[in-house]
Amino acid sequence: MKFSLTWLKDHLYTDASVQEIAAALNRIGIEVEGIEDPAEKLAGFRVAKVLTAVQHPDADKLRVLTVDAGEDDPLQVVCGASNARAGMKGVLGLPGAVVPANGMELRKSAIRGVESNGMMCSVRELDLGDEHRGIIELPDDAPVGTSFAEYHGASPVIDVAITPNRPDCMGVYGIARDLAAAGLGTLKPIAIPRFETKGACPVEIRTDDPEGCPAFYGRVVKGVTNCASPDWLQQRLISAGQRPISLLVDLTNYLMLAYGRPAHVYDLAKLTGAVVARRANDGEQVLALNEKTYTLDGSMTVIADERQVHDIAGIMGGEHSGVSGDTTDVLLEIAYFDPARIGATGRALGLTSDARTRFERGVDPAFLDDGLDLLTALIFEHAGGIASEKVHAGAPPAEPKVVAFDPALTARLGGVDVPEAEQRGILESLDFKVSADWQVTCPLRRHDIEGAADLVEEIVRIHGLDKVASVALTRADGVARPTATPQQAMERKLRRAAAARGLNEAVTWSFLPTADAEHFADGSELWVLENPISEDMKAMRPSLLPGLINDAKRNLDRGAEGLRQFEIGRRYFRGQGGASDEKPTLGVVLAGEKAARGWASGKATKFDAYDAKAEAMALLEIAGAPVQNLMVMGEAGAQFHPGQSATLRLGPKNVLARFGMLHPATCKAFDIDGPVAAVEIFLDAIPPRKGGGSFARSAYAPPSLQAVTRDFAFLVPAGLAASELVRAVKGADKVNIVDARVFDVFAGQGVPEGKKSVAIEVTLQPQQASYKDADLKAISEAIVAAAAKQGAELRG
Amino acid sequence: MTELTTQKEATLAAIAAAHTLDALEELRVSTLGKKGWVSLALKTLGTMPPQERQQAAPAIQAIRAEVTDALTARKDALEAAELEAQLANERLDLTLPAPEAARGSVHPVSQVMDELAEIFADMGFAVATGPEIEDDWHNFTALNMNESHPARAMHDTFYFPDRDAAGNRMLLRTHTSPVQIRSMVSQGAPIRIIAPGRVYRSDSDATHTPMFHQVEGLVIDRDIHLGHLKWTLETFLKAFFERDDILLRLRPSYFPFTEPSVEVDVGLEVVDGRRVLGGDGNAPGHGWMELLGSGMVNRRVIEFAGLDPDEWQGFAFGVGVDRLAMLKYGMDDLRAFFDGDVRWLNHYGFSHLDQPTLSAGVGAGA
Repeated sequence: MKFSLTWLKDHLYTDASVQEIAAALNRIGIEVEGIEDPAEKLAGFRVAKVLTAVQHPDADKLRVLTVDAGEDDPLQVVCGASNARAGMKGVLGLPGAVVPANGMELRKSAIRGVESNGMMCSVRELDLGDEHRGIIELPDDAPVGTSFAEYHGASPVIDVAITPNRPDCMGVYGIARDLAAAGLGTLKPIAIPRFETKGACPVEIRTDDPEGCPAFYGRVVKGVTNCASPDWLQQRLISAGQRPISLLVDLTNYLMLAYGRPAHVYDLAKLTGAVVARRANDGEQVLALNEKTYTLDGSMTVIADERQVHDIAGIMGGEHSGVSGDTTDVLLEIAYFDPARIGATGRALGLTSDARTRFERGVDPAFLDDGLDLLTALIFEHAGGIASEKVHAGAPPAEPKVVAFDPALTARLGGVDVPEAEQRGILESLDFKVSADWQVTCPLRRHDIEGAADLVEEIVRIHGLDKVASVALTRADGVARPTATPQQAMERKLRRAAAARGLNEAVTWSFLPTADAEHFADGSELWVLENPISEDMKAMRPSLLPGLINDAKRNLDRGAEGLRQFEIGRRYFRGQGGASDEKPTLGVVLAGEKAARGWASGKATKFDAYDAKAEAMALLEIAGAPVQNLMVMGEAGAQFHPGQSATLRLGPKNVLARFGMLHPATCKAFDIDGPVAAVEIFLDAIPPRKGGGSFARSAYAPPSLQAVTRDFAFLVPAGLAASELVRAVKGADKVNIVDARVFDVFAGQGVPEGKKSVAIEVTLQPQQASYKDADLKAISEAIVAAAAKQGAELRG
Repeated sequence: MTELTTQKEATLAAIAAAHTLDALEELRVSTLGKKGWVSLALKTLGTMPPQERQQAAPAIQAIRAEVTDALTARKDALEAAELEAQLANERLDLTLPAPEAARGSVHPVSQVMDELAEIFADMGFAVATGPEIEDDWHNFTALNMNESHPARAMHDTFYFPDRDAAGNRMLLRTHTSPVQIRSMVSQGAPIRIIAPGRVYRSDSDATHTPMFHQVEGLVIDRDIHLGHLKWTLETFLKAFFERDDILLRLRPSYFPFTEPSVEVDVGLEVVDGRRVLGGDGNAPGHGWMELLGSGMVNRRVIEFAGLDPDEWQGFAFGVGVDRLAMLKYGMDDLRAFFDGDVRWLNHYGFSHLDQPTLSAGVGAGA
């Protein structure tokens, strides 16, 4: 909300500078968003009188003027305006002044060979309006040589943000009241100029919807002249950022901007019969002043006559009965509407207005009669006419809230000691009434006061928040205790482990294009936004991979060669009772080149499924999963290459991770060049680590005898999983065999069709005594026998 | 004897002249080999009378030793030369690049969240979490914003068409404040938590993204007042920016879930067009920047969370994590946080070793 300093001073006696006022506003909770001083923009422009005006010798459309701008000698100025003539007064921009409309700095110059010492300005050039047909013409009494800013009454404009709890400050008067309470000056009483009334109101006014419109006051004024507004009014509206329209409209806007009191003026000639506040009929339509037609329903309050709706109550008037230049007789409306209903109607219609903002937050229920009289008086003063008596239909809420207050609460909640007398004084300066036993009666306009805490806020903000001293929180004995939950500790560790493995952490959007989400999950399970900001941000992700794949694609498109990105975040599923089930997840995408071509390594290499497995296994181990016990199984999902992907499971059902190459169809769907490897680790599926709380490791007991290794090469069916063979070998002698690992896999020449050769190095750990030949022979035979059960035969 | 001496001289000369290990081996065989002249000479000792032998033996032994030493020395020299020649052939161009390991990074948002957890742990705050897909009771109603509250409309909320079993509308949480409610309901009081996480507003421009990060703070106890709030924020910001001259300006404000409500500005200096936090915002060349929203938790919120507001009171605050990261580490475009550009991640991301700790400083140097 904007207002000029001059306007503020209409309501507040103060000598404070605009900076002091701004500081005070910030201090009391009215945030200053900016101060604009038009005088700065108008520096270098003066009231000037044209002494002579002759034709330019070399240009038909230019004139050469001599101008008195208060200097010793007249200045010569070249001017192109057709209205420039001897004897007129206007505004001269001197060399060095900057034209507000275009930022051009004026200079002494020669125009077609004639010296010019400045510029006579138009309204538009000074950013004061749209008029540009000629230069500004000032009245004869304008004092030559004075600064135009001063003459024009330019006053600094303060732009403030009013919090929604303070509709009473949505008018300059309310702000003045707060400033006065804060010691910045003295509030002027509201002066209502005298006017005479004659006769009863000729229009019947009723409220048939006392819930939505508890009070509807009105009166008729006949014989008004709806002309242009006087300068003082225009200046105030312009400072508020409003365009002056016509006197009657401007006066209602003034009432709203100065006093926070919306009102409406109807053209009486357009009304038929009684004017009534009632519920709209379902489907009833009204063309509003914004030239849009709204379809109403029975939940909305309207003002209507016998024929049609004339006002969406408290939000926007209707076009039909709006005032125009021809209007002579008017009906004034001052009403009190139910704030909740105004809000609901506004939301339902998607219609905002300055009136709605105020009614929705709550206008002053005690300012209906005065508001109506003030508006009448202003119309009478500037537009003439004869006012009727007032009509009152219904009554606004009049029961003030009374709060039992304990002044000690100010220190207990606000942390600052304010003497009781000062507390009382602050509340009274804000129009609260404080009884001897601290029963505090709130002014009706303070809808925001709910209880004692609100009064503490009033006292503290006026007393000064800067006077609240810092007080340390109590501290537990000793050093700070760890606070991270096991889940948090695991995620932090994983994040740094992944980064240490060369992966870049990304943070991708939680929402995806629906198609991308559906590629990774059943569409009916997805959370899909009703009002997405764009179609690309619509469905909550069921997997971290789509976001990372899109990420990788963008990077590859930008010329990145190899991408290793990961993210730790949530996947969103349906949970119990309609709530969400958000599962912590780690995703990895490896795309592009694994290694660039190199002088030693030759051609660039791509990522493969084993790269994905390496990340999955390493990160699972960091996360505390028992990786030795994991089973490599299938069913990684249709998004993956069916032959180059797997799941890692703890038991047949608990899937801890999936990894592998993406299916070419997935790459195609995401328009990314393959091959792309990916990993997804389901952090919520990892069982908590056992033996928590203990720091001591198990006892260190290295074997006293040296281990020996033996190699075995088997011919096995080509389809046998290597892990099956290894497990069989390990199981052959659980005491002596401590490890078995594949060191060669071969198929082709020398290996029969349908078979492959798998070579395994077995580590044997002697227990009590070194092995004798017979021991080794027995173990070897057990290994070969165990392998044979998997269809393996020892190669000769 | 002179014959032997002559032979020795000749042999030593031949050893010196030998240029290959093979030639040297031939010389060894012809001298010290079974049929070499030194060996044969030694054999003659057996046939000599004792007196003669006594004289000849040391001489022949000396010759043998001299020749053996010469052979060994020459062999060492030849082998050294050969190794040198071999190594000369093994020369590598070490200006060629070595294999490179990929360099990973930690996202600034994660880094800053870790920093916050570390700082607040020292003040006794645990880290709490809650769902991002919330219901409107937790996101609004319990925070004293009923259906018709104008502040609801100011939240630019993303809604789902769904309702939960209790009939509440489902939405994306617009702030981390619902975690206050959930934490008080599940843990009761006293309580000290921070709740960092993703939040969502339907808003998008240079300084707003539809998803961003916030951290909520909540302290509920029997005797907490505004002074504690001020101290906590000062202490936190001084620790976070690692500057003792952080100055706060508290302004009265309005949030439905706090009463009194306080907006917090922090003093800063504009240095080379960059905002550097610290100093008095009223000093020349300085200014104030709005950083945090906070206040004393509204008693209705405490009631909604199932606690007795006559027994318990406290404060809450909320601040943008991305914003803190930008102010501390100098990023100027919020949108880049979520674009995943690997160049940006490498530039602004952190080493995995930059684990924030109090002893080493929570911030990671440039």
